[in-house]
Amino acid sequence: MESKKTGSVVVIGGGISGMLSALDLANSGFYVYLVEKGPSIGGVMAQLDKTFPTNDCAM
Amino acid sequence: MKKPRYVREDRCIACGACTEKCPGKFDDKYNADLKAQTAIYVEYPQAVPLKYAINPDVCLKLTKDKCGTCEEVCPADAIDYTMTEETLSIAAGSIILAPGFKPFDPSKFDNYQYANFPNVVTSMEFERILSATGPTMGHVTTFPKLPANPKKKKDKLLAQKRKDPKKIAWFQCVGSRDVNKCDNPYCSSVCCMYAVKEAIIAKEHAGGDLDCSIFFMDMRTPGKEFEKYYENAKHKHGINFIRSRVHSVTEDPETGDLFIQYVDEMGQIVKDTYDMIVLSVGLEITQQTRDLAKKLGIDLTESGFAKTASFEPVTTSRDGIYVSGVFNNPKDIPESVLDASAAASAAGDALAEVRNTLTKEFPVVPETNVVGDRPNIGVFICDCGSNIAGVVDCPHVTEYAATLPYVTVAEETTYACSQDAQDKMVEIIKEKGLNRVVVAACTPKTHEPLFQETLKNAGLNKYLFEMTNIRNHNSWVHKNNPDIATDKAKDLVRMAVAKAALAQPLKEEKINVNASVMVVGGGLAGMTAARSLASQGYETHLIEKKDCLGGEALKLWKTAQGEDVQKELDALIKEITSNDKIVVHTNTTLEGVDGFVGNFTSQLKTDGKTTALEHGVAVLATGAKALEPDEYSFGKDDRIIRTLDLDKMFKENDPKLDTVQSAVFIQCVGSREPQRPYCSRVCCTHSVDNAIALKEKNPETDVFIIYRDIRTYGERELLYKEAREKGVIFIRYDVENKPEVVVEEECLKITLTDHVLNKPVTIHADLLTLAAALVPRKDERLANFFKVPLNDEGFFVEKHAKLGPAEFATDGVFVAGSAHYPKPVNEAITQGRAAASRALTLLAKKDSLFTSGNIASVDVQKCSVCGVCISICPYNAPSFLAEGRFAGKADVNPVLCKGCGLCVASCRSGAIHLRGFDTNQILSQIFALDEVS
Repeated sequence: MESKKTGSVVVIGGGISGMLSALDLANSGFYVYLVEKGPSIGGVMAQLDKTFPTNDCAM
Repeated sequence: MKKPRYVREDRCIACGACTEKCPGKFDDKYNADLKAQTAIYVEYPQAVPLKYAINPDVCLKLTKDKCGTCEEVCPADAIDYTMTEETLSIAAGSIILAPGFKPFDPSKFDNYQYANFPNVVTSMEFERILSATGPTMGHVTTFPKLPANPKKKKDKLLAQKRKDPKKIAWFQCVGSRDVNKCDNPYCSSVCCMYAVKEAIIAKEHAGGDLDCSIFFMDMRTPGKEFEKYYENAKHKHGINFIRSRVHSVTEDPETGDLFIQYVDEMGQIVKDTYDMIVLSVGLEITQQTRDLAKKLGIDLTESGFAKTASFEPVTTSRDGIYVSGVFNNPKDIPESVLDASAAASAAGDALAEVRNTLTKEFPVVPETNVVGDRPNIGVFICDCGSNIAGVVDCPHVTEYAATLPYVTVAEETTYACSQDAQDKMVEIIKEKGLNRVVVAACTPKTHEPLFQETLKNAGLNKYLFEMTNIRNHNSWVHKNNPDIATDKAKDLVRMAVAKAALAQPLKEEKINVNASVMVVGGGLAGMTAARSLASQGYETHLIEKKDCLGGEALKLWKTAQGEDVQKELDALIKEITSNDKIVVHTNTTLEGVDGFVGNFTSQLKTDGKTTALEHGVAVLATGAKALEPDEYSFGKDDRIIRTLDLDKMFKENDPKLDTVQSAVFIQCVGSREPQRPYCSRVCCTHSVDNAIALKEKNPETDVFIIYRDIRTYGERELLYKEAREKGVIFIRYDVENKPEVVVEEECLKITLTDHVLNKPVTIHADLLTLAAALVPRKDERLANFFKVPLNDEGFFVEKHAKLGPAEFATDGVFVAGSAHYPKPVNEAITQGRAAASRALTLLAKKDSLFTSGNIASVDVQKCSVCGVCISICPYNAPSFLAEGRFAGKADVNPVLCKGCGLCVASCRSGAIHLRGFDTNQILSQIFALDEVS
């Protein structure tokens, strides 16, 4: 017997990867819970000055 | 479990009054512990949500029930010391794990003395030192951990020794590829590139005379555009690359200078002194993440990364739990972004039938009618950290902007794009009743949509916005002329204000999205994308020019993780052909494409017959192929083969393999050379893997790999280690001094200079495998059909190197697989899934997709019916009206119009106007340029 599925997803980690997973899911019709242990999202990418190989600012 | 913030999010206005008197202090994690922050804090000024929080471990009120200052000073009454931990229970259909990593802590390495020498720093600390928002505001200095204005006597003494460094060294592989001093046998994949980046930026900050050296084992730059970045670092920026592992560091206790000793490539001992040493620390999975994995019951590798299969690269060992980012093997930002979308696609596919059951509609802010109102313009000048403010005098430009006609507000902001700045912008628009907004910042290409969204949130039509680029067009190119750059910024702002004053609200037309999909290319990436979109209920057409599905993967033997490619591929092909939502078109080519996002019509040619296919989105996954080498006597002897030929022998269990006595692999055949300046990414792992297989077949076989740098990134490094342990011999060569191959009757003779002995050696081999470059198909026709760009080498250029790696700048067109850049099985599948996920977000908008407002429109009174607009438009947007009062006059279809302006410029009667770029707006901008500021 198949149990009933729930149309929501928990994403653990609010870094660049977690945030984008959450956005894609939310934009395609799922309810998303984004869980982050710190007081704000952004993760390590927010700490970087610039990014290779384009030297774009990471913020 | 939800941890208490002790600050009420609904009340905190992030004014910062609470931090001013707060006595509690702890290390600022955001700034890599380089400075202290108060117990009540916000991680960084651009944090989301921008709400303060109290660290309960150092707050005097919470630890000793003393103080309470923040509660007294908070004007919003947001402090609540009584908050407690809450346990929330959430019901969800899937879980995605993206817990990330922590930078390796090198304190325990006694040889580099990170814990004791102030001028030995980690790369993460150096990242903050380089940052305009960091502790030194981007100024590179020795003794970086000292406070800017030291108060303690000891710190004051040290501060006197502070200087601008003249020589900085980076040590690679600290906490990676190391099982002696730590237990991290894997390669962290990102350190080579970030070290090169830090060296380049440090040199830029220091003004050029800084000496930067990177000490490395293998330089690993196997990503898109990475090799060129490395070559530029060497030749354009003058960074020194030294292939050596430095044993230890000592310090001059007087000056803080650092002494090192190393053995160079010629075997000479070299002594040198540096002002600073940066340890390029690896990425590590935390104990907390390991515990979480244990609790969830998912399998990890020995190094703590989630175990996944190559054909399901974001699926953990437990059903319904997916993984993305560094926890799914060390990786850089674009790969984490691909992982993110792929995990979303995998999690979503599992829940396809309950999609849209729990989502809610977003409230729309009603639009204020500003037609006929006097312009009331707000100007926002962005510092972009130091990117702009480091060159342009932003306060001065802001003051100047305030004096321009119709400008009532001019504000400077550190990062205009950050959430706090956006919120403030909405507030100001509402408060001051602004009806036009100008932002002087970076490029509208990436940021205009964000600011337009902000206008919408403030109830303004998004076309009442003007953006001017004072970074890419100004501060970046006039770095050495700050005065001129400031003048130019003023000119640009004046021009933007002049144009904005004439801006009108524009209407967007609704686009219907056709719910079917076309995927071009029936290889791994294409099939994966098709499978995912079909499982979400969309009819998917898979176009393959050959007579069967599978693409280049049909030639592979096994993956780096040892899975049988043909077995898995067969299962995938069966899944595709039996899926009733997928229509497979084999022997089919694409002959033409018309239309636009949501409404493409493609002409497919199958066996000479052409049919039209209507589809809403397209995924391009046309792959790459192995190069036909024109060197090393390839093609002249059947003992000289390519990697895929060796795979074929393994697949067929060719008896010739049993008789091989001595096998040689030559790497970088056609890659990393002037005519093909990129690394093909897959060849090192592939050759190492096949070398191991030869050794396993017969341990007596001599196996040599002749290489330039071994690039077994991530946990592929374990294969490299295994190959060495099994006795595979690795010999390095330089591109200037390539090995030579002589074909003789009894054997192949391969001669090269051994880098350890520094003498020529000759290897007698009976099998030579060339790791031939992967070359793109360079399909200019396909690129033209969809108006998508190819790079110099012929790979498709994605929308954004970091944040849009699976899509094109052309709406509704996506990219996956080796057509984007060479990639192994698991990465091609990840990108296939990612492209599907991105396409799904568009298909899901079926009722809320609109055209641009910046389109051409015809003033019928002026139209002279010449027909030039119809003949010149590349998108077939204009046509003559067939009926009505103005029958015979020209009319532009708003859905087809791309707003390019060709018809506007060519209309001899001046009858066509480009909304948002009307003649009076352009002229006012030009006239504004002539005014002297």
